[in-house]
Amino acid sequence: MDPVAAKYIGAGIACIGMGGAGAGVGIIFGNYLAAAVRNPSAAQGQFGNLIFGFAVTEALGIFSLLIALLLLFAL
Amino acid sequence: MAADPIHQFQITKLFTLGHIGGQEIAFTNSSAYMFLAVAVISVLMIGGTARRQLVPGRAQSMAELSYEFVASMIKSTAGSEGMKFFPLVFSLFMFIAVSNLVGIIPFAFTVSSHLIVTVTLALLVFFIVLVYGLYKNGLRFFKLFVPSGVPVFVMPIVVPIEVISFLLKPISHSVRLFANMLAGHIALKVFAGFVAMLGVSLGAIGWIGGVLPLALTVALTALELLVAFLQAYVFAILTCIYLNDAIHPGH
Repeated sequence: MDPVAAKYIGAGIACIGMGGAGAGVGIIFGNYLAAAVRNPSAAQGQFGNLIFGFAVTEALGIFSLLIALLLLFAL
Repeated sequence: MAADPIHQFQITKLFTLGHIGGQEIAFTNSSAYMFLAVAVISVLMIGGTARRQLVPGRAQSMAELSYEFVASMIKSTAGSEGMKFFPLVFSLFMFIAVSNLVGIIPFAFTVSSHLIVTVTLALLVFFIVLVYGLYKNGLRFFKLFVPSGVPVFVMPIVVPIEVISFLLKPISHSVRLFANMLAGHIALKVFAGFVAMLGVSLGAIGWIGGVLPLALTVALTALELLVAFLQAYVFAILTCIYLNDAIHPGH
């Protein structure tokens, strides 16, 4: 296979990982919203945990995007 | 692609400071923007607290807000004992937040989009946690790797996992910030490149159609503004959580 083609295919495959991060971020915000609607008074106190969980999950998606970008532009 | 989206991260030499062991030590645009970030923070904090009033003005309330924000973050994650690390966490938070925000300005350089900068900050936190944890708790610090309430026969599996996850912390800590800033700025550049590509290839229709990617670029800039602040917050809160491990080891 042409190495350049393989590089582009690899970048595309690397982006699949972002789907998992998307699902994870959706679960985090969905569950936060569900809990906040049930008990609005407790929602404010958990905002830090929400952002923390969001960042930790989102980072994994960013890692796979980073691999794709490295394949496209840096290697 | 006409405009290479990686080009914005290029480090250029402004002037040479000297040579150490055959290696050139240069003052680069990265150093210049670090100095700029420190200058902005200094002006904000010193200017904000120069004329203190009971009812704070604009600059004073900015300074007080950032103090209160970081102080409550430390107290909620590492307890009141963590407040002795307030200067560290506050400096990290302000430096990352300001350098991220400065980086959003078009044509500006983003300091935190280079892995070497974020790794330096993350290793600083890592070694402070290690040294302070051993200094304060002695060998009890290693209780961190032995979760309580775990049956003895799974210990051979759990302890290596805990050790590896502890050693991987500086990597994820630094790569998170670096990759977020890098990916955000590349995405901005790529979408901005679409405007020019449409216009050049399709002529007048392309320039009109270019309004769509331009609007997306504006929206992405707004998102980047959020991410810039959020990543500084996340870096600071992870620092607090790691410091909490050093102050109160054992799960």
